[in-house]
Amino acid sequence: MNLTLKIWRQKGANDKGKMVDYQISDVSPDMSFLEMLDVLNTQLIEKGDEPVAFDHDCREGICGSCSLYINGEAHGPDRLVTTCQLHMRKFKDGDTIYIEPWRAKAFPVIKDLIVDRSSFDRIQHAGGFISVNTSGNTQDANSIPIEKANADAAFDAATCIGCGACVASCKNSSAMLFVSAKVSQFALLPQGQVEATDRVMNMVNQMDAEGFGNCTNTGACEVECPKGISLENIARMNREYLKASFKG
Amino acid sequence: MSGILNSSIGRKFAMALSALFLMVFILQHFAINILSVFSPEAFNEASHFMGTFWAVQYLLQPVLILGVIFHFVMGFVLEIKNNNARKVSYAKNNGSANSTWMSRNMIWSGGFILVFIVIHMIDFWVHEMNVKYVAGDMTGLIDPTDPNSGFRYYEELVVKFEPIWRVALYCVGFVFLSLHLLHGFGSAFQSIGANNKYTKALKGVSKVYSIGIPAGFIFIALFHHFTGTH
Repeated sequence: MNLTLKIWRQKGANDKGKMVDYQISDVSPDMSFLEMLDVLNTQLIEKGDEPVAFDHDCREGICGSCSLYINGEAHGPDRLVTTCQLHMRKFKDGDTIYIEPWRAKAFPVIKDLIVDRSSFDRIQHAGGFISVNTSGNTQDANSIPIEKANADAAFDAATCIGCGACVASCKNSSAMLFVSAKVSQFALLPQGQVEATDRVMNMVNQMDAEGFGNCTNTGACEVECPKGISLENIARMNREYLKASFKG
Repeated sequence: MSGILNSSIGRKFAMALSALFLMVFILQHFAINILSVFSPEAFNEASHFMGTFWAVQYLLQPVLILGVIFHFVMGFVLEIKNNNARKVSYAKNNGSANSTWMSRNMIWSGGFILVFIVIHMIDFWVHEMNVKYVAGDMTGLIDPTDPNSGFRYYEELVVKFEPIWRVALYCVGFVFLSLHLLHGFGSAFQSIGANNKYTKALKGVSKVYSIGIPAGFIFIALFHHFTGTH
């Protein structure tokens, strides 16, 4: 496959940045998208040019590092995959592919396609945990019976890998799908009840302080989420937040 | 509860409550207007009641006006805030791949509805206020000095829908209302946290309401235009 790549190049956080065109040939349809970028970078290095900086780590859809906005969609045109799981067979010979970083005020660009997602870390620090002493006196997991439906829903919420595709896809750059998944995974379990009020208030307050937008329920986040996190989690977070607000 | 309107979820909740209130109002408005098709007498009676009953005039009407203003102001405030959350736009963004046109363009459908409401208020509400509270005529009669002249409401409605330009304008307004409701109806329930086993059924109700009510209003406008005796 021969492709034209239009890639966002930005030398650093303070650089203005621009889209740059690259031609790449002999791309195998069996390559992953990141492997295709590896080939491009090899060519750039051989020519003495600066390689394209992009995030990646596990390359098996678990870590949430790869974060590319490809042809106008987070992680490209495929569904329920991260960019490392996207294969070049999803594209046609002669295609032009736009590759951009996540765009959000709360995700500033560090270099080229790499953005700073530490705002997600700060939201997690604000309440995405339970205060349980696990050093040597951990209870058996089955000692607290949990309804199957709740256990499943909590697990589904916990599959969020924090990649930020929800923010990137949302026209408002809202982080509500991410935050709601983190709130839900504890709200559905008895272990999460002790700190439930503080958790949702602190996490939502931190989300707002980071400069993410307001959710307007377009549902784009749910469609583009590589882990299929449901909008039901946002409704649950809204309920938890209102409950916590009335408790004061 | 302090500062709930300063939070993203609090603003969503307030926006949804005002939307639900306005949807109930639209339903009530439609219920009275459709009477004009079947029974001018019933339409006149209902209009006179709504136009003169103290609780409607002095309690519900101000609440409605505040609700409309709040919904629009909050809508524009949220739009500005949301635009600020993304300083640099994508060179290529395929929004239609993951969301509906209606959901992405609520500010535009809402803006056109605002223009329509202003025209509608000038057409009907300003006239009503002039007759009742400036001229002081609370009789609702065609000729206030003649008790046998009958109520004026049906006559005024038919006259309003004589010009085709006004009918066309109202039809366009209702199309935008329909587009707005097609996303807004379900969105309001999601915002108040109601996403559960009833959501699928609610989507059906949403479609019936969002298409049926504006289509009904269009029917009323066309009916009076084509059957009006003036």
